[in-house]
Amino acid sequence: MVIALATLTGTSASQAAAGAPLAPFDPSHAGGTVTLVAAAAAGTLDPKVNYTGQYWELYQATYDGLLTFAYGDGVTTFNVVPDLAVALPTISNGGKTLTFKLRSGIKFSNGQPVTVADVKASFERIFKVSSPTAGTFYNGIVGADACLKTPATCNLDKGVVVDPKTNSVVINLVAPDDAILSKLAVPHAVINPASSPVKDAGTTPIPTTGAYMFKSYDPNKELVMVRNPYFKEWNHQAQPQGYPDQIIYKFGITPTDQVTEVENNQANWAYDPIPADRLNEIGTKYASQAHVNALTAMWYMPMNVNLAPFNNVKARQAVNYAIDRAAMVKIFGGSQLAAPVCSFLPPNFPGHIDYCGYTKGATPDKPATAWGAPDLALAKQLVKESGTAGQAVGIVVSDDDVNKQMGVYLQSVLNSIGYKATVKPISGNIQFTYIQNTKNKVQISVTQWYQDYPAASDFLNVLLSCASFTPNSDSSINMAGYCNKAIDAKMQAAIAKGVTDPVSANKMWGAIDEEIMKDAPVAVAFTPKQLDFISSGTKNYHFSLQYKMFVDQLQVK
Amino acid sequence: MSVKESSAAVFSDSPGKIALRNLRKDKRSIISLTILGIIVVLSLCAPLYSGFIAHTQPFESSLDATITLHGKSIPVLQPSTTGLGLGVTPIGPTWNISHYFLGADSQGRDVAARLLYGGRSTLFIGVSAGLLCIFVSLVIGIVAGYRKGWVDAVLSRILDIIWAFPVYLLAISLSVVLLTSGLTLLFIHIGPGSFALPILIIGVVYIPYVARPIRAQVLALREREFVRAAIGTGAKHSTIIFREILPNVMPSVLVFIPIIVSLSMLTESALSFLSIGVQPPAASWGTIINDGLGLLYTRPMVGIAPGLMIVLTAAALNLYGDAVRDALDPKSRSRGD
Repeated sequence: MVIALATLTGTSASQAAAGAPLAPFDPSHAGGTVTLVAAAAAGTLDPKVNYTGQYWELYQATYDGLLTFAYGDGVTTFNVVPDLAVALPTISNGGKTLTFKLRSGIKFSNGQPVTVADVKASFERIFKVSSPTAGTFYNGIVGADACLKTPATCNLDKGVVVDPKTNSVVINLVAPDDAILSKLAVPHAVINPASSPVKDAGTTPIPTTGAYMFKSYDPNKELVMVRNPYFKEWNHQAQPQGYPDQIIYKFGITPTDQVTEVENNQANWAYDPIPADRLNEIGTKYASQAHVNALTAMWYMPMNVNLAPFNNVKARQAVNYAIDRAAMVKIFGGSQLAAPVCSFLPPNFPGHIDYCGYTKGATPDKPATAWGAPDLALAKQLVKESGTAGQAVGIVVSDDDVNKQMGVYLQSVLNSIGYKATVKPISGNIQFTYIQNTKNKVQISVTQWYQDYPAASDFLNVLLSCASFTPNSDSSINMAGYCNKAIDAKMQAAIAKGVTDPVSANKMWGAIDEEIMKDAPVAVAFTPKQLDFISSGTKNYHFSLQYKMFVDQLQVK
Repeated sequence: MSVKESSAAVFSDSPGKIALRNLRKDKRSIISLTILGIIVVLSLCAPLYSGFIAHTQPFESSLDATITLHGKSIPVLQPSTTGLGLGVTPIGPTWNISHYFLGADSQGRDVAARLLYGGRSTLFIGVSAGLLCIFVSLVIGIVAGYRKGWVDAVLSRILDIIWAFPVYLLAISLSVVLLTSGLTLLFIHIGPGSFALPILIIGVVYIPYVARPIRAQVLALREREFVRAAIGTGAKHSTIIFREILPNVMPSVLVFIPIIVSLSMLTESALSFLSIGVQPPAASWGTIINDGLGLLYTRPMVGIAPGLMIVLTAAALNLYGDAVRDALDPKSRSRGD
């Protein structure tokens, strides 16, 4: 999942490592309006299409799937819990069949009851609207192949079998998938009315099942959420009652103005990364209102393995050796807000192993346990050996301040090792898709990846598998264009292994990580933390490792 | 010298000499030229300053750099050590000529050194674009005004079309389009990072503002007796243009030069501020203001210093332009008296 620059992170009380469930609802704090502020909206409101952390943060209080990630704190929020399903599925047929029972008595925000027909239609809608994860998360459902080829006529009669009499939903997979429960818990698998449009709904809200519904949406002005009149809490861990009566998300406010509004209690929370020159002020004068939390995410630089100079492995390795990850951490806001890494899987993530082949004194074959310092001399030597010295390199970055600074730094590094680099800042609204499309001939870019669900496949398989590379498409998340069939086979084996033996599977993922990084299709820079800055009048802050702050749990009364 | 002799001297001098004499006496011209001279010299000395005084590389990131100040080693980018320890702040002005005189930017680069280099870029682009604009405008204005007829109609409509666009909107549009892949004119390719691109863009957008008044002046001159007499004697067009028209248009052109250079410089700064002018790692005053935008709360000097330089240079150019106008325009001078 890409986050339009989610940033920094937190401190104070919320270094949530240990898990804790959500406290019971306290009606005495219910009421009021929570005001959120952001520089820009995050595009479509359609939960099957939107793929941004900005709105996924809202979907947890509005939409429900059969399963969801739990409310609470710390690692609890990685737990998949039953939501519209009565319980976690019964798994049979060697992991290829999942049987759910849909809760009865739940209504959409338009008063219409939720039925198994809605469930089936919702899964078909994933393909009909060409959801960004249709081909990576849900391609394992029986019948998905045909749906991917001809989305308009998608029919999952064999893949999602429903029975209105018993309220049962059976999902059939072509092969076991160790991450299927997580995939069913993310917003792209939420249940919408069967009557939902079979195209991106855009700014038109689709009826919800959660505690809140979307009342109005103007991407140039604001998004308004109000209580869903038909909502009755059914599982406190999955979809608890919310506190504010209304949540207003205002757009068009610059990051520095966002900070000022939160300081002045004019807004409750600022979405965008806190500007670098306001961080010290927040860390000192407003320390009690700052929340820093570790994220399973990374800032990295995909290098196009099909374009010069990065079609040469030595050129890619040179970049990995040359970048000073500590310097990039400084640009991001300092060591309290990020930590240097050079493995693909973030620390504390399933499959992660402590290694770094691109630090001074180490090689990919004899890696160190952690990154220590850049090795410019070796980088220059590799560039020379690759025969790519003197070539022009364009660095495509998002045009916000932090990304631009990263681009300028990378330009300085590339110039210092022998390239002629230029920085190409483009609007953050399009940069993420622009760098995916091979038509744009992007050589190297700066981007971020935030986990969709806690499994190694969400990083390695999603970002670097052959299936994720679609030439000439804006939806080709494998930006490096890296396709190694031998490694692909190992990834599929790890996915299959994970169904029965997650521990062994994670070891396999760790080895795959190391093997991929020998090819260096990307240069990983650092893992960021999330800094949430809330106003002094805002209480009950809770952070989800999955979706970040629980907006609906904020108390303003 | 008697009054009679003095009057005789004045009447025997050419208009150019009189204007020059007036300029020398004008305090505005002396002050503005002094300011401009200092700025130009400082800017030209940028490599000397960065290489031999500050010992810094203004175009390379120096995120891990340290300096020794008052016997202490200080990081150029200083991590916060109070409260939650959030953020990294570049060192502020040291007011020490050899160490980050005006502080550092977010990349740890010496702002003073970049300011001087930025001056080179801004002045070079401003002057080049201004002169390009004046030259092309002069040619268009004279050709259109002298030839009249369909030539005038075509050239005037082209000028009208350019004029129809707001200057900044046109400059931004051209920059955005051309910055991605550069510009290819026949066999000449201008790269995206080349200074030639902003020079060309800025030079073009101001052409109507100079060409139209020149054309109007030439149209009027063409009907004057001395020009008609030259035509009547069968003088060549080139002779009429260079001997009769051009000398009479030159005073206006000379007045335009400082004004257009000033406008070009401001436009360059604006485009660079918007990241569509001078491209990193090169610096111009506009790019440095952009760098300073993210440091307004903690290190305002990064944005203020280039802003002041732009104000000083533009004010000096405009002041000089006023002085030139008054020196060349006897009526204006008498009004002043």
